[in-house]
Amino acid sequence: MSEYPQQPGKLIKWFDPRHRSLGSWAFILNRVTGLGLTLYLFLHLIMLGQLAKGPDAYDGFIALVKNPVFLVGELLVIAAALIHGLNGIRVGLTSFGIGNSKQKQLFIILMSLAAVAIIYFAFRMFAH
Amino acid sequence: MVDLWHVTFEVFRQKDNQKSHFNFFELDINPDEYVLDGIERIWAFTDRTLVFSHACHHSTCGACGMLVNGVEKLTCITSIRDVTRDGGKIRIEPLRNFPIISDLSVDMSSLYSRMEAVGHQPILPIQEEDSKGKVKSEGDLLRLADCIECGLCISACPIALTTSNYIGPAVLAGAQQHGELTPCILELVNSENGAWRCHSAYECTEVCPSNVDPAWRIMELRRKIIANRFSSFFTRK
Repeated sequence: MSEYPQQPGKLIKWFDPRHRSLGSWAFILNRVTGLGLTLYLFLHLIMLGQLAKGPDAYDGFIALVKNPVFLVGELLVIAAALIHGLNGIRVGLTSFGIGNSKQKQLFIILMSLAAVAIIYFAFRMFAH
Repeated sequence: MVDLWHVTFEVFRQKDNQKSHFNFFELDINPDEYVLDGIERIWAFTDRTLVFSHACHHSTCGACGMLVNGVEKLTCITSIRDVTRDGGKIRIEPLRNFPIISDLSVDMSSLYSRMEAVGHQPILPIQEEDSKGKVKSEGDLLRLADCIECGLCISACPIALTTSNYIGPAVLAGAQQHGELTPCILELVNSENGAWRCHSAYECTEVCPSNVDPAWRIMELRRKIIANRFSSFFTRK
């Protein structure tokens, strides 16, 4: 191997879609949603930790997360799960040689499905 | 008489480890000339300290890859007309994900050594078909391989942007083209930084000037790796 490795870019450039094609959007969305879902996992575990402090502490926490700010947060979690999961299907299919030549169309169709599902969940969550 | 376009070249400059900046050069240029012609003119008539790589001028050597307005291009086949307009600008930067030697020239030795490691052949024998459709591979006829090792795919790859350890699309495509997965090649490509690191962004295929289609080859390589591991599992003594 060469002693002069390739030079990785700065972190901020990972999320720069300028001059890139649709595939980079898929990559950036997958990375952002993946990081978001990982963060949510920790928050979720902290929330579950409230159970150990007794029913009053847990009820208090549940009352807090019912305010609109937390609802928007929950909608973001749903959106991230849908985008990450559906894009994951695209990555999985193309990895096994299925739909390689149609990966852009596949991405558009799956993200359209995600958008429809996000709107549906937003309507259900905020209509009450 | 050809109408000349007035074009501003914004050229990335960096010497040694000094802070980078852009220099602006105004040119009156034929829009049917190529971006590399403009860069050469800047070097020849305005600034002899400008460093850039080039050789063949007909997209065979792969030396003149640069970012033209943010997109990886072989500058010897990218016409001025395709990337700007009369009175417009062209921003020229070195390829990403490689160490900068000086200005627009980057060190691609990591790519070359990795291509060698996967057994990529830059020259291939031409297989001839006789009148009965039988393939003959004898003879002295040779052709250049499709991959010209220009590095555009590695520059465009968002995964190569995140880690220098990823061996990159050109190398994985080279391994797929090589055919046989020898133990050495398998160790290199069936690894964390090999074929499994690709996240299906397909930027490599978007910018490849030589129709190698590295993304497809990476997926095909994965299929070959799985088949290889599967068969070796059942033939293990």
